[in-house]
Amino acid sequence: MVAPLSWYLFLGAALFGIGFFGVLARRNAVAVLMGVELMLNAVNINILAFWRFVRPDDPTGQIFSIFVLAVAAAEAAVGLALIISIYRTRRTVNIDEIDLLKH
Amino acid sequence: MNIDLRVIGEAFHQFLINIGLTSGQASLIDWIFGALILLVIFIVLAILLIWFERKLAGRVQDRLGPNRVGPFGLIQPIADTLKLFTKEDITPAGADRITFNLAPTLAVFSIVMAFAVIPFADKVIGTDINVGVVYLMAFASVSSMSLLMAGWASNNKYALLGGFRVVAQLMSYEIPMAFAMLLPVLLAGTMRMNGLVEAQGQFFGLGWNIWIMPAAFIIYLTTALAEGERAPFDLLEAESEIVAGYNIEYSGLKFAWFYLAFFMNTWVLSAVATTLFLGGWQGPFVSQVPALGVVYFLGKTIIMFVIFAWIRATFPRLRIDQMMSFCWKVLVPMVLVLFLLTAIILKLGLPTIAVWLLILLSNVAVFVIALWLLGKGLEKSKWASKRLFTPEIPRL
Amino acid sequence: MALQILFLIVAILTLGSAIGTVIARNLFHAALFLIGTFAGVAFFYVLLQAEFLAVSQVVVYIGAIATLIIFAIMLTRSVMGREAGALNQWAGIVAVASALIIAALIWLFTIVKFDVNPQPVPDDAIAQIGKGFVSTYVIPFEVVSILLLVALIGAIMLARERHQ
Repeated sequence: MVAPLSWYLFLGAALFGIGFFGVLARRNAVAVLMGVELMLNAVNINILAFWRFVRPDDPTGQIFSIFVLAVAAAEAAVGLALIISIYRTRRTVNIDEIDLLKH
Repeated sequence: MNIDLRVIGEAFHQFLINIGLTSGQASLIDWIFGALILLVIFIVLAILLIWFERKLAGRVQDRLGPNRVGPFGLIQPIADTLKLFTKEDITPAGADRITFNLAPTLAVFSIVMAFAVIPFADKVIGTDINVGVVYLMAFASVSSMSLLMAGWASNNKYALLGGFRVVAQLMSYEIPMAFAMLLPVLLAGTMRMNGLVEAQGQFFGLGWNIWIMPAAFIIYLTTALAEGERAPFDLLEAESEIVAGYNIEYSGLKFAWFYLAFFMNTWVLSAVATTLFLGGWQGPFVSQVPALGVVYFLGKTIIMFVIFAWIRATFPRLRIDQMMSFCWKVLVPMVLVLFLLTAIILKLGLPTIAVWLLILLSNVAVFVIALWLLGKGLEKSKWASKRLFTPEIPRL
Repeated sequence: MALQILFLIVAILTLGSAIGTVIARNLFHAALFLIGTFAGVAFFYVLLQAEFLAVSQVVVYIGAIATLIIFAIMLTRSVMGREAGALNQWAGIVAVASALIIAALIWLFTIVKFDVNPQPVPDDAIAQIGKGFVSTYVIPFEVVSILLLVALIGAIMLARERHQ
């Protein structure tokens, strides 16, 4: 064991918070997606830390984080396709300006 | 006579302990020395390979090749390197300086890292991790990222187009390549590179995977040509279309780094082909004389390298849409069907010989059917209609 | 001990590049910082002895997702407003909120005691993953594969240019 469990959990927490900031504070839609990816990574660190420290004999932790990986890939593909599609019609990827439903 | 190559490493380790280091410090120095030796082999090999390929391409194209500097032009690459040293190191105006300088380093780094899992002989391997094959794919994707960075940071539209082509080409061809690499993994039941070689040791060290899965080998070879950016798939640096692609703005030593990465990438691809399909260090008498393993491994890898160089010197370049549709419409379905068939055959629980024969049969069948369908498709030929003239395609 | 120092150094680098991702004005730099973060996270997977996840992280995140993101940045960059600034008007409040979230999570992780079980990782951990996918978790596995297929088709349909 290189480091205690709490170090990994703190790291995951910090990464999650930074990703949260990115999602809520960025103007650009692509940057928002990057924040989401950071949060998913933080979650994966926590899952794997718990797998390693609590139940290393059971592969469930690793399998679950592979599911997270797959969902992240699907989310990135669809999200970026949406952004490109919006860009094509509105000529902007600034999420403050994409507010058709408001008017 | 049982010479094990690890004896040298152990003797060195013992020597370090004898001069008064702890075991941990000695291991650290062992690793650093091992890495340095690999790095030196890497550079010397690259210089030899550059000479070799130029000479070979010269012969294929009825030229002499380099023959001025040193015997047979052997020191030509060193002269070239010295010339590149003296060139001015230009960073174009408006370029993204840090990314621009980082890209060549990352390109070489990703390929040096791949050396860590290549078994040169039995147990002579940087680290025999249990995910060796996926590790190779991981660093292949880092390598394509470095080319994308180079294309973007140059602030040049041709370089950017080269970057776009990197995304298109390398990512598409990664898929059939990954599946082709996983076929031997299915058969051997391990992803350790050394384990994959050990699994090919039947029949006096000649039970190589190429005999039972030739179609997988051919698919790997094709995708390796694309991943190594070699003709006929060198669209990333097509001079006639996008000048020089991603490395257009690079000069001097930074260009040399890309050049080095290019040649070493081909070497790594040859070494992986050797490990997965040509039995790696396996060969006759290798269990009696382990040192023969290095000879077998290097010999097979050089043969693979010659094949790559030969193809490069012979074939013209494909068009980008032809290349992409070849990947998605021919290679990907082919390799998926092959993968499915192999998995089913392995699950049938037949005796080993029957399994091998069935896999061979499925490989040949998939290959023949793919060729037949390709011929059918080319007869109708949407591809030919884009040309200015329509050549007569002889009916089969 | 040396490995613990390495842990701290890589943790600082990872978090630093994560911060770079969310505040960089230049989107391409943000994407590069994101790649740095992914690489750092892969390092922690190696420390956790989840080698398969580490290499999958590099293949999927750096090889596919980061490339996709850079591709999207290149396709949408012509009017990319550098003049508008990277962060919106609520950045200050959000910064405080995320700092609170981090603090709350760290507080939670210090007070809760997990029963740590210092076993070694079994040698066939990767084989166990593979077996899990076709036995216990076969239905989630199939659902995820359908999800990926749907995402593939959906992404193509959304991003395709429509010709009149």
